[in-house]
Amino acid sequence: MTKHRSQAELVRQSLKKRYRKEKRFRAYGMLAIAIALAALLTLFSDIVGKGYSGFMKTSLNLEVSLDPQVMYLDDATDKKQLRMADFVEPLVQALMKEIPGATEADRDAVRRLINPYASTDLQEALTANPQWLGTTREMSFLAHTDVDVYVKHAGDKAYSIKLSPQQREWVDQLQAKGVVDVSFNDVFFKGGDSRDPSRAGIWGAVVGSLLTMFVTLVLSFPIGVAAAIYLEEFAPQNKLTDFIEVNINNLAAVPSIIFGLLGLAVFINLFGMPRSVPVVGGLVLTLMTLPTIIISSRAAIKSVPPSIREAAAGIGASKMQVVLHHVLPLALPGMLTGSIIGMAQALGETAPLLLIGMVAFIVDVPDGFFDSATVLPVQVFLWAGSPELAFIERASAAIMVLLSFLIGMNALAIWLRKRLERRW
Amino acid sequence: MQPANLLLITLAFAAIAYGLGYFRSRTLAMPLGGIRHLKSLPFYYGARAALWCGIPALIVLALWAAFQGKVIQTLVIGSLPTELLPANEGEASLLLSKISNVATGALPKGFADPAIIEAADRLTYLREQSSLYMTVLVVAVATLAGFIAWLRIRPTLNARVQVEAMLKWIFFACAALAILTTIGIIFSVAFETLRFFHKVSFIDFFFGTQWSPQTALRADQVAAQGAFGMVPLFTGTLLISVIAMLVAVPVGLMSAIYLSEYARPRVRGIVKPMLEMLAGIPTVVYGFFAALTVAPFISDLAASFGISASSQSALAAGAVMGIMIIPFVSSLSDDVINAVPQSLRDGSLALGATQSETMKKVIFPAALPGIMGGILLAVSRAIGETMIVVMAAGLAANLTANPLETVTTVTVQIVTLLTGDQEFDSAKTLAAFALGAMLFLATLLLNIIALHIVRKYREQYD
Repeated sequence: MTKHRSQAELVRQSLKKRYRKEKRFRAYGMLAIAIALAALLTLFSDIVGKGYSGFMKTSLNLEVSLDPQVMYLDDATDKKQLRMADFVEPLVQALMKEIPGATEADRDAVRRLINPYASTDLQEALTANPQWLGTTREMSFLAHTDVDVYVKHAGDKAYSIKLSPQQREWVDQLQAKGVVDVSFNDVFFKGGDSRDPSRAGIWGAVVGSLLTMFVTLVLSFPIGVAAAIYLEEFAPQNKLTDFIEVNINNLAAVPSIIFGLLGLAVFINLFGMPRSVPVVGGLVLTLMTLPTIIISSRAAIKSVPPSIREAAAGIGASKMQVVLHHVLPLALPGMLTGSIIGMAQALGETAPLLLIGMVAFIVDVPDGFFDSATVLPVQVFLWAGSPELAFIERASAAIMVLLSFLIGMNALAIWLRKRLERRW
Repeated sequence: MQPANLLLITLAFAAIAYGLGYFRSRTLAMPLGGIRHLKSLPFYYGARAALWCGIPALIVLALWAAFQGKVIQTLVIGSLPTELLPANEGEASLLLSKISNVATGALPKGFADPAIIEAADRLTYLREQSSLYMTVLVVAVATLAGFIAWLRIRPTLNARVQVEAMLKWIFFACAALAILTTIGIIFSVAFETLRFFHKVSFIDFFFGTQWSPQTALRADQVAAQGAFGMVPLFTGTLLISVIAMLVAVPVGLMSAIYLSEYARPRVRGIVKPMLEMLAGIPTVVYGFFAALTVAPFISDLAASFGISASSQSALAAGAVMGIMIIPFVSSLSDDVINAVPQSLRDGSLALGATQSETMKKVIFPAALPGIMGGILLAVSRAIGETMIVVMAAGLAANLTANPLETVTTVTVQIVTLLTGDQEFDSAKTLAAFALGAMLFLATLLLNIIALHIVRKYREQYD
């Protein structure tokens, strides 16, 4: 009796300590979740903080006098003259007029506020509208990247080192006058890559991604579904089936870069296919996503209750008819969900595409499956490696575009699952 | 004709074959008194004709399109005069790109010598011929096979059984693609690896502590062979993976425990998808984060303590990789913890144990094999992860265990060796494939062990 009591006493004495331990354990769990969520939050806020300014561009609204004398151009329809004419001078003169204190000695400093490609834009505008020659027009040009960075991060010292104090003062004056103007960066969504950050855009990479994803989807969805149907419904229990299953499970866990080596050795070196084209990229990503699609499609087929199959077979449907007419339509929502998630993975994949040469500097927007292209994540990689702040900003902006695509796809998958999923 | 267009044409042929088959079966059934006198529905006669028409043609098309490039290249190289014949594969690929540049007009003809121009003309001619033959052959095969299938339609023919058997074979072929992919991977790395070991000895590769393949660029250099010792790469990979696991395992495991044992369903419903979001973020984004935010932060922090840290430290890459792997560890552990039968939990709680004691002394030991399997899978993912280390870890192959120094990994070296200019036969390029083979073997081994553990564990409670 006394012994029992003492044990109860012992337990009671240790309770306090045990409850403390319990609380501590619980706190560790909360801490772990807090760390993970903090990492997620830091990641997103870091990218948004670095990249929001990538969606804005800085332009110069100038009154350009297209004087034939200044441009050495007296006939704007003459191609040869257009090629030789001076398109920089009218821009510099227009900008000099806006800066009251600027003297002849400052010409070079003023010129360096204008984007180096602005003269090309002027040339194109004049080629399209020859009648503009000799008139004065209000036109908008991109500012130099250094100006762009300075204007967007006014007050932040690290971003203004490339401009001289004099130039900074001018830019401030011009901004007050409305000559320097920050607006939505349409160039970013229209163009391909460029050596000049102000003119670099993601449209080329987006088109490349879409072409690659199209090839991947067209190949991997039917093949994945067919393979899943075979393995779930038709495969006999034998060594070959086991071997196929082991292969699929292992391929799902093989690092993606190995698929890049496969693509390089087989598609490019063995079959002689061209480098950096969406078709090869799509083929490599197909092989990479197939295991994911097969595994999720099998799960979807498995979730269709056997009573459906038995009922169909009972009224005389053949095995193939049972599968194609009854099981497949019921399993399709689950298959679609799995495939969308697999495609989202493929859309964000970079490493294998580096090996098959989709990492080249490509200015033009690709116009076919056999045209050199790059994809969105590779574009991010290329820009992130640049020392220029303006490119880092655009890489962040491109990441935001990429993430919004991915979030959109995942939301679609969740919506599909909620909408079409049936519980038996 | 382009393979893509030809593909569409073949599909159109198959559609026509379907229509013709469908109507022939109906016309044959008419005098007998309707389609109920056919062995199968007209749909199956049509489908049979379409499959007969389409599949052989598609196979011919795929084979031709796959091999025409290589065959034409060989023919063009073979037709070159002897003094121009390339000595090795590297020269051959240079020469070929020159020839094809002349052929497409990218390189003006004035700059090339006459033999090259001749070869370029020959290339253009062969390409045209090849695409002509391909078109003729594919159309002929489609027409012939479709016609035979159409001709053999009889009311007594059981088309359904035939179509279903063919479909089953197609499904099987799709499933067997997984085997083909594995074989492809093995062969593509195995051949190049064997050739690599002809150039660099086995022992140098596995036990060498020097890695500097870049010196192998010029043949006339003193150390023309470069150094191909994989030890520093291996330790670098290991160091980064260990750091990643030190972040991912405690955080992932504890959040899985909290979510499955403590959290209310509503909290779980919000937090779990957010954790899974971490898994959906592309690795290039993590690389960007590691290289431009975490690495400078760590080196500033170390500097404020008076320690020097490299701007591309192993710690930055490892920590960010750990964040990436958190959801992987947590969802796998969550599954395993949930698979532990409720009776064990209830039994322990009924004896007066607290929840944490139940967790630590009952559930965790029961779930341990599954958790270990999950962790091994996570390790294999960390070893194979590429973009984070390419962007945030360096290229210098240091043999060090200091997480603040720069290290390089196997995947970083594969990417660096295979992007940019390369001659295909050099030890440098082949080394990338040898590293790929090692990576493949290491991850394969980890996966097999992990899957084995997971499966063995599962059998206990099912």
